[in-house]
Amino acid sequence: MTKEDISQAVIDIIQEILPDEDMGGLDQEKPLRDQLELDSMDFLDIVMELRKRYSVEVPEKDYMELNTLQSTVQYLQPKMESL
Amino acid sequence: MAVRGVKGVKDKYDCIVIGAGLGGLTCANRLARAGRSVLLLEQHSQLGGLATWFRRKNHIFDVALHGFPVGMIKTVRKYWSKDISGRIVQLKGIRFDNPQFQLQTTYDKVDFIKLLTGRFKVDQQTVDNFFAHVRAMNFYDDDGRTVGELFEEFFPGRDDIVRLLMEPITYANGSTLNDPAISYGIVFSNFMSKGVFTFIGGTDLFINMLEEELVKNGVDVRTKALVERIIYDGDKITGVVVNGETIRAGSVVSNANLKTTLLDLLDDGALSGKFRSETEAVRINNSSSQVYIGIKEGEKIEPIGDLLFTSVAEKFDTAKMLSKDVTSRTFSVYYPELRPGQDKYTIVSSSNSRYEDWADLSEEQYQADKKALAEDTLDRLEKYVPNIRSIHDHLEVATPRTFKRYTLHVDGSSFGTKFEGLPISQDLHKEVAGLFHTGSVAIIMSGWLGAANYGVIVANEVDRYLGV
Repeated sequence: MTKEDISQAVIDIIQEILPDEDMGGLDQEKPLRDQLELDSMDFLDIVMELRKRYSVEVPEKDYMELNTLQSTVQYLQPKMESL
Repeated sequence: MAVRGVKGVKDKYDCIVIGAGLGGLTCANRLARAGRSVLLLEQHSQLGGLATWFRRKNHIFDVALHGFPVGMIKTVRKYWSKDISGRIVQLKGIRFDNPQFQLQTTYDKVDFIKLLTGRFKVDQQTVDNFFAHVRAMNFYDDDGRTVGELFEEFFPGRDDIVRLLMEPITYANGSTLNDPAISYGIVFSNFMSKGVFTFIGGTDLFINMLEEELVKNGVDVRTKALVERIIYDGDKITGVVVNGETIRAGSVVSNANLKTTLLDLLDDGALSGKFRSETEAVRINNSSSQVYIGIKEGEKIEPIGDLLFTSVAEKFDTAKMLSKDVTSRTFSVYYPELRPGQDKYTIVSSSNSRYEDWADLSEEQYQADKKALAEDTLDRLEKYVPNIRSIHDHLEVATPRTFKRYTLHVDGSSFGTKFEGLPISQDLHKEVAGLFHTGSVAIIMSGWLGAANYGVIVANEVDRYLGV
């Protein structure tokens, strides 16, 4: 998967978790939490969906890597580029 | 209706969930949606744990429906369905009546700030600071203070304010002024965000809708299925023995009481001596007594509020609130709007209780004490519903013994364990590979919202353990 694919995959997952949020204007570099009504339960959902859809494991110690869309993609790239 | 007994189940699952309280139910559903095969086993004939109901004559009595925080809407929408979350509505009439004050509130932050700065004459800055402080509290930086110390800092000497802030939470989760402040802060903040909510259609519809969803997602749901053993092979958990039959599983989640799970069900040798002694030291939370009052067909109750926190005690006192000599009662009033299409009223009076006060009574004394509690409750209720004695046609009492009989909880606990149960529950899977616990521990994982969310948190751990 390319960076763009990974970014879209993450956006798709978040959109499914928060169906009422507009994902169009997301700033790549700003914390997701500041732009969306994302709580800690939602982050768990993202982690579980990544595991289910792409067999990617995000250990608890790495949760902070999911801070912005950019950092999330950067973190996931080595785990997902071969998919 | 779920199938009774374990005849016809598969011989191996990814996960077996023991107990169908809201934690077990939500955990099972989340795992099934993640693609895992799940068997849910409930010892009782009905799902829901303490989120339950029962029928008498033409009445349906809800045991724990009033009420939960707004967060339940999102949790139910995400982990169950939009159809189910769409039935959650606000209860606006929350009343307090005690010797120190009488008031009605929507029990949310806006209204509470108005009350505290107006009627209770606290300056705006202190109130703002209190709300900011409580809201910022989280589990990861617990400062070790107690609830009592927290109140003393912000509202020194104001036992009226302590009562306003604490009485509903004590009723909701059994916490006392000696519990960690964080256990109060999280629950209070959850309620304060928007107020108190309930489910239109009643507990029976709620649980039936959850069951339908579980079946749709492929969970094998079995009632009257009592787990006798959790099997440990010296290395990891491999299954359970239920109704005398062995069923294998890659993982087991227990939604049974924490101490029952570890000290009674789990095979010997699975726990280290240290973990075992820490588990033995965990204190059980208190139980409850309830009085259920059914109103005759054709009779009605004028609106008196949805949830009435009443007390005749001079001051807030958690020891008094637990006493068998009941001074504090919370009346949940269920109007016909709760179950549209049925013109029924019921009232449930709840008090916190200690199991030991009821455990060893002779049968004769037990019946006499139950009758006295029922009569005393009607006396108190006459203040709000003056003709209650002539318009009711059903009166029934549940004691800690009743709660124990139906849930099998240690000492009939209504709110799981005290705070020290939380690390045991959370770290269990690190101690015993493949075994997880979800359920009321430490108050913050308690109540409908806490229980459901904890089920999801544990589902994530189980899913991780099972691997990709």
